[in-house]
Amino acid sequence: MENNNQYSRRSFLKSSALTGGGFLLSMTWFAKVSAAGKPGEAALMPEWQELNGYIKITPDNVIKLICPNPEFGQNVMTSLPMMVAEELDVDWKNVVVEMGPHDSVKLGPQFTGGSNSIRMYWKPLRTAGASARQMLIEAAAQTWGVPAGEITTKAGVLSHKGGKSAKYGEMAAKAATIPVPKDVKLKSPKDFTIIRNSKKNSEGQKIITGKPLFGMDYKVDGMLIAMIQHPPAFGMKLKSFDASQALKMPGIKDVFTIRLYEEGFEQGGFDTRTFNELLVITGKTTWEVMNARKKLLAQWEPAGDIKETMMGRGGKREVVVPGRLENTGAQLEMMQEYAKKPAQLLRKDGDPETAFKNAAQIIERTYNAPFLAHNCMEPMNFFAHVTDEKALVAGPLQAPGWVEPTLSKLLKLPPEKIEIQMTRMGGGFGRRAYGQYVYEAAMISKHAKAPVKLMYTREDDMTYGIYRPMYTATYRAALDENKNLIGFHVKGGGIPENAIHANRFPAGAVDNYLAEGWEISSNITIGAFRAPRSNFNAAAEQSFLDEVAEAMGKDPIAFRLELLKRSKENPVGKNNEYDAGRYAGVLELVRDKSGWGKPENKGKKRGVAAYFCHNSYAAHIVDMVERDGEPYVESVTSAIDCGIVINPDAAANMVQGAVVDGIGNALYGALTHKNGAAEQTNFNNYRIIRYNEAPKNIDVHFVQNDIDPTGLGEPPFPPVFGAVANALYKSTGKRHYNQPYAGEFPKNS
Amino acid sequence: MAKFNLKINQKNLSVDVDPSTPVLWVLRDHIGLTGTKFGCGMAQCGACTIHLDGNAVRSCVLPVSAIGKQAITTIEGLSANGTHPVQKAWIEHDVPQCGYCQAGQIMSASSLLKSNPKPTDEEIDAAMSGNICRCGTYLRIREAIKTAASK
Repeated sequence: MENNNQYSRRSFLKSSALTGGGFLLSMTWFAKVSAAGKPGEAALMPEWQELNGYIKITPDNVIKLICPNPEFGQNVMTSLPMMVAEELDVDWKNVVVEMGPHDSVKLGPQFTGGSNSIRMYWKPLRTAGASARQMLIEAAAQTWGVPAGEITTKAGVLSHKGGKSAKYGEMAAKAATIPVPKDVKLKSPKDFTIIRNSKKNSEGQKIITGKPLFGMDYKVDGMLIAMIQHPPAFGMKLKSFDASQALKMPGIKDVFTIRLYEEGFEQGGFDTRTFNELLVITGKTTWEVMNARKKLLAQWEPAGDIKETMMGRGGKREVVVPGRLENTGAQLEMMQEYAKKPAQLLRKDGDPETAFKNAAQIIERTYNAPFLAHNCMEPMNFFAHVTDEKALVAGPLQAPGWVEPTLSKLLKLPPEKIEIQMTRMGGGFGRRAYGQYVYEAAMISKHAKAPVKLMYTREDDMTYGIYRPMYTATYRAALDENKNLIGFHVKGGGIPENAIHANRFPAGAVDNYLAEGWEISSNITIGAFRAPRSNFNAAAEQSFLDEVAEAMGKDPIAFRLELLKRSKENPVGKNNEYDAGRYAGVLELVRDKSGWGKPENKGKKRGVAAYFCHNSYAAHIVDMVERDGEPYVESVTSAIDCGIVINPDAAANMVQGAVVDGIGNALYGALTHKNGAAEQTNFNNYRIIRYNEAPKNIDVHFVQNDIDPTGLGEPPFPPVFGAVANALYKSTGKRHYNQPYAGEFPKNS
Repeated sequence: MAKFNLKINQKNLSVDVDPSTPVLWVLRDHIGLTGTKFGCGMAQCGACTIHLDGNAVRSCVLPVSAIGKQAITTIEGLSANGTHPVQKAWIEHDVPQCGYCQAGQIMSASSLLKSNPKPTDEEIDAAMSGNICRCGTYLRIREAIKTAASK
C-alpha cells in the first residue's frame, strides 16, 4: 500500500479503521506541508480520530461527513457534504454533518471567502466520496467472493446480482483495509441524485431551537470576559490611563494594556492592524465588564505617522500609514484633487486619446461611494486560552489558515501547539477574514494567564472595523457622429485602494479603451467586503452604461448584448477575464424572465445591471416605486450563471439575500468620519435594510448548464447596486452618482 | 447585587445579580441559555427578543429588576424540540443563512401570531421590522409566517 508515504501524490486519500469497526476516509491535501509543518504527523496517522476525516461510516450505517470550511451562512455545511454524499451514494437522511477542526494538512485550505468553497472542493470531495464507495464495493467483493464489477450501490446499500446485499456499515471495517483506489470515475451530471436536489440546511434544526453554535455562545468554566477600550479615533493612541474607578466595580478582575505587534513585525496580507496598543479590562460577566469599562479614564494622543512592514504578494515592503485624523468631507475633496492628477496605467487598447479627440460627443460621469461597515449580526468575539506551552482559540473565523502563522509569531508558539476551532459565524461578509480580534483575544489570555472571551459591543464592532474602502471613479465614453461607442475610459481611485478591474467588461468590447487607477493611503483600516471592488465597480460602471445607452438611443440590455457580441466574436486585447457568452446569457435570461420591454411592463420603473466576478455571472432587473417619499424596490428578477447549482433552494436563498443586502447598502449604507472617529456607532444611526423595506418578490433563475460550479456568495451582490441606481433614474428622473442613493452622503463632516 | 426569582421556560430559577443587569445577560451569562442573542444592546436589532408573558420584548434593554412575576420564554423554551408551528415553518422554508438573528425573528413572529393569528401584510411589517437580518432572509421570513398562520 502506498499510503504510508507522506510525500507521495498517492497519499492524497487515506483510509483507516475506527475503533469499534467503522471506516474513515481522510484526505491529505498538501502532503509536503504535512511533513514540514507538522512533524510527527506520520506517527499520528494510525490514531486518527473521527474529526480528522471527510467520511466516517459506523457499523450501524451512520454516515458522518466533515465540513472542512467555516460556515457563515453560505450553507457550505450542507452543500459540501452533498458533494461527498453524491459520489458515495448514500441516503441523505443517514448523513450527519460536523464542522471540522482547523487542519489544513488533512482538510485542505479551509478558507471561507472569495466565493471559493464549492469551486475549491468540487473535485476533491467528490473524489473522496467516489473512492470510499469503490473501497466498500471492493470489501463486499472480497467478502462475498464475487467480482467487484458485479456489485452495485444504492442509497448506502451494496447489492450483488446473486441476491447478496449489505449496508455500507457492515462492510466499513473491511473497507478500511482496502487500498485507496488511484483513479476513480466521477459521476456524469446527468446521474446526479443529491446534487441539484434541494436539501435543507444541515444545521437548521439547531438554529431554530437556539442551540449554542456561535462564537458568542462558546464558553468554558472559569472563563474571563474581556473588552477593549480602543482609541476614540483612527490616528489616536493611548497616552495614559487611570483604572482605579473601574477596578472598584463589581466583578472586575484587571485592567492592563497589551501590544500586538512588536516593532518591525512582518505583517501578512490579512494582518490588517487597527490599533496596536490596547487598553483591556477583564472581569467575570459581560454586563459587569461593559459597565466598568465606562469608568476607565483614558487619555489619548495623536499617533502620528506609523511605519509598518508588510509581507504581501509582492514581497516585503515598508508602508507609512499617515497619522491625520480623517474627515469624510476632506477625503472627498482630496479624492477630487487626485482624480485630476496622472494615474497608473492599468490597461490600454487601441488609441483612446485620438478617439476622445475625434468624438462628436463625450459623456463623462463621476461616481462616489463611502466606507461601509460589515455589521455582521454577531459582533466580533473570540475565545482564547493561551499558556506557555500551547494555545486554544475558538470562535467565528473565515480564514484559520491565515491566522495560524501570525498567532504562532505573536505567541511564540509553534503551529502544532496552536489549536484553532471554528464555530458557526453570525455573518462574515469578509470581515472575519482578518484575524486582529483573534490575536487580541490570544494576547489578552496570555497576559491574564486565564481562558478569556474577548467581546466587542456593537459600537466596538462598527467604529473599530475593517471597512469597505471609500471609492471614486470617473467614466468617459466617446461617441462618433453616428452615436457609435468609439472610446471608453475609466479612471478610478480610492482610500486606500482603487476598485478598478481593468480586464473586465466592457474591456474587450471597445476598440479604444483606457483604464487607470490611483490610491490615497489612510489610517482607516479596510478589508474585503462581499465582492471587494466589484461591489463599487458594478454600481458605477453599470450606471454609466445605462446612461451611455440612453445617449445612444438604445435599450440598455440590447446595448450591453451588442458589446458582448463584439467581445465574443472579435475581442479587443488579451486577458479579458470574462466569458462574453455566459455574460450575455444571464442578460438574456433576466430579460426573458422579467418580461423586459413587454407592453404589460411598460409602466414599471425598471433598472437593469449585470456583472461578472468570482467566476460567476449575475444580472438583475429591479422594479422600483416611490413609497412614503422614499424609493422602494418592490420586485426583483435575477439570473445567475454559476455552473452546476449544488443545492438549488439554498442557492436561491443566498441570491435573494444578496439582493436584499445590495438594495440596503446601495440605498442606505455609509460610514463617515469626523476627526478620525466613525460617526455611525450602532443601528440607530447606521441604517440597515429592514423587513418592511425588502422586496415582496425576488425571482431567481439559474442558467442550466453542466459547467463545473463556481462562486455564489458574492457574484449576485455587486450588480444590485447598478440595477437600483438605474431603476431610481426611471422612478425619479434623476441620475444618482453618490452612494448611498437614499442618503445624504457625501456630506461635509 | 440582589436576588431575583425568575420563571424561565416554565422553570423557577434564582439569580444573584446587579438589579440593572439586562435579562439578555442574565440568560446568557448566569443561566447559560445562549439561544437569545446579543446584537446591538439598544433594542435596535431584535436579536435578543424573548417573550414576557407571551409578548415579544427586547431583553438587551430590560433590566432584571423589572421582571417581577412575569414569565420569561426564550427560544429554548418556545417548544419541545422545535415543534412550534413557527419553527416548523422556518424549516419548511429553509429560512436561515448565518442563523444568528433567527431566534429573535422566531420569537417576534410567534408572539405576533399568538395575539393575531391571521395578520395582514401591514401587521407583519409592523411586528417584524424591529428584527434585522443582515443576510437578508426577509422574504423567507414572510413566507414562513404566512405558512405558520395558515396552520
